Amino acid sequence: MSLSNHIPILIIAIPLLAAFLVPLVSRINKQATGILTTLALGVSLILTIVLTAKILSVGPQVYVFGATSSSLTLPSGLKFPIRIMLEVDAMSIFMGIITAVVSFLGAIYSLSFIKKYDGVDKYYSLLLLLTVGMFGMEFTGDIFNFFVFLEIASIASVALISFRGIDFGEPAEAGFKYMVVSSISALMVLFAVGIFYGQYDLLNFAAIASVIKYSQLDKIALGLLIPVLAMKAGAVPMHMWTPDAYSEAPAPITMILVAASQASLYALFRVVFSLYNISLNALTIGWIIIIFGLLSMFIGVTMAIVQKDIKRLMAYHAVSQTGYMLLGVGVGLAVLANPEALKDYGITAMEGGIFHIMNHAMYKGLLFLTAGALFFRTGTRDLNKMGGLAHYMKYTTIFFIIGAAAIAGLPPFNGFASKLLIYESVYRFNPLLSIIAMVVSILTLASFVKVFHSAFLGPKLPQFKDVKETPRSMVFAMAVLSCIIVFFGLFPDLIVKNLVHPAVISLIEQLQYTGTVLGGM
Amino acid sequence: MKGMSRIVKTVTNFVYGFIIIFGFYIIVHGHLTPGGGFQGGAVAGSAFALLLVSYGSLNSKKFLKDDIFSLFENFGLTLFIILGFSGLGITFFYNFLANSGGWFGDAALIGVNPGDMNTGGVIPLMNIAVGLEVLSAFGVIVLTMARGAEFTKKKEKS
Amino acid sequence: MIGNLAYVAVVIFIGLGIYSLMFKKNLIKIAIGIVLIENGVNLFLITLGYRKGAVAPIYTQSPSGQAMVLPTPQALTLTSIVIGIATTALILSIAMIIYKHYGTLDTDQVRRLKG
Repeated sequence: MSLSNHIPILIIAIPLLAAFLVPLVSRINKQATGILTTLALGVSLILTIVLTAKILSVGPQVYVFGATSSSLTLPSGLKFPIRIMLEVDAMSIFMGIITAVVSFLGAIYSLSFIKKYDGVDKYYSLLLLLTVGMFGMEFTGDIFNFFVFLEIASIASVALISFRGIDFGEPAEAGFKYMVVSSISALMVLFAVGIFYGQYDLLNFAAIASVIKYSQLDKIALGLLIPVLAMKAGAVPMHMWTPDAYSEAPAPITMILVAASQASLYALFRVVFSLYNISLNALTIGWIIIIFGLLSMFIGVTMAIVQKDIKRLMAYHAVSQTGYMLLGVGVGLAVLANPEALKDYGITAMEGGIFHIMNHAMYKGLLFLTAGALFFRTGTRDLNKMGGLAHYMKYTTIFFIIGAAAIAGLPPFNGFASKLLIYESVYRFNPLLSIIAMVVSILTLASFVKVFHSAFLGPKLPQFKDVKETPRSMVFAMAVLSCIIVFFGLFPDLIVKNLVHPAVISLIEQLQYTGTVLGGM
Repeated sequence: MKGMSRIVKTVTNFVYGFIIIFGFYIIVHGHLTPGGGFQGGAVAGSAFALLLVSYGSLNSKKFLKDDIFSLFENFGLTLFIILGFSGLGITFFYNFLANSGGWFGDAALIGVNPGDMNTGGVIPLMNIAVGLEVLSAFGVIVLTMARGAEFTKKKEKS
Repeated sequence: MIGNLAYVAVVIFIGLGIYSLMFKKNLIKIAIGIVLIENGVNLFLITLGYRKGAVAPIYTQSPSGQAMVLPTPQALTLTSIVIGIATTALILSIAMIIYKHYGTLDTDQVRRLKG
């Protein structure tokens, strides 16, 4: 059926249409805005799952805007593509599934979380725009189009972080810091796009990848792109915005922001693997990414142990877990030029790192939603003031235990599966890195035991005596995430073989990426 | 904020209509001469900024209304996306009106010529949608900032 | 050397923007620094398209056989200017909200989120 060719663009265009219709609908009926948002994101989720099945069976899909047929990448007589196109391969759709699930559950959670605030129609419109920006970053095949979607996601997320700034001053301060950081990183990405255009006269990822020579200007572009995309993802020397932005945003937005930071991490991997591939000095660049990863892991978790604010603590843990992803993929990059080492432990390291991206989005999202539930009922985020909440909020306690066990890497949950893949393969590369990773995991468990003890255990406190359980839509969102965590933990082999391994192969094999667009030349 | 002197108000009364018409000229001829949706919308939006500055933010609330600008901005955006969807029979953003003989459907002439406005297909319609959106967005931004500025000034006085 | 004058201007803009962003303490001056960096990058994009002895790429006003400057960087720069307006409007509005709650625009005193 011809509609199945248009699925990649419908995943982006339907939330965009809904984002523009939400303010018109809110003039008629205010309740309908939440339902419209949830419907649009639900349709995107279903279409993403359909597209995953198609890509895993057929191969990467290309969608060309405005051409006479959706896969006509080379117009007649030309040897390079000139239109903007979407190129969806296994790694892009892996990130697309994360974005679709996280934003759908965020919209469901927001149905009851955001009711008492003012300006709810703008909130839903911005949430849909943030989702469009993330999908665009993950699906696009054109470097300038990537810059545009990166800026859309940044501007929407800054406005959402400062959403409570009408009554309090701290969200505005956090929003200002994040806006400065994301402006600089987007402008430096645009500078690198200018360098590529000036040298090769092409703007398409696959076309540049087929003609790239690692000249002095390309080294400058790589030196601009790696720190700047790692800065948007929250890696350590550049992580200063993460605790402020994640703690002051409303709780469902924090969950979606985690997925947005990981979309920047995906862009970093796409640039290093699919654009440059073997032409760069793989060992040096791999070690640079490994050093970023180690610093993030260690500094993230040590700063997290001393925090008193529950969401700030979880934000430092997000920095630390990003270090695991950088470590795994950095080891894979460092052995890219060495075929037996790559087949031996390089691919396993990359599988661990990339599987960890999905696991982290799930359990960190669940933990932020439980912190949001605590804030919604008690009105405070300070751990010194909370206590004994397990008596009143039973479901939230169970979900928090599942999330904390998953992040610490305990066996029947999904954190264990990806961390084990990382430990085993990184040990073969260099034993010291693996030992540091295990120590960080133990410190993570220690800090979550602290949070559990001070927020949930203890006697019933008198000021919380009419705290009830959270509303049904919030419990539903947290329950779905818990089920996904338990399922991934019990059957990790299914996910790794069917979703993660094709993603890793599509990153390593540059010829598969360029061949889809340039037609096997 | 307070308005400006009588000379400024008189010149504004005379000039703001011409600025808006010039903005519309740039929007509509976007497929022939330099310009297009955003540039023309920015020029027309600056007319609203001129009105706001010369009459003062309290007086201009009588004739520049925030929610009407917001409504037009939504219309512009929705029109743009629907034009993108309507080419979906072939691909998204396909120019289904070009060379077809309907609205804006003539074939473009080659070489030096004064330019035929009936060409271009879907492009002039998208220019109009984007221009409408940009001029309303400028109105909303400038009015909201003026309202925020007078709120902080009120807090300073008290 | 005269042909490279535009690239020298790009470096000066970006350098001044980064200086203003790092060393100035007023929030509005930080916003101005971001605007300067954005102007520098836009100038860089436009300068990439120049070809010697070519005319403006207006289709209906140039005789055939005449070289034109590249039009694609002009489209890229336009998109970037639009994004810059949205960024500037948002960052100035957030600075106004900070002034409303903190009473000052000095970054040494806008520091309630610590640790």
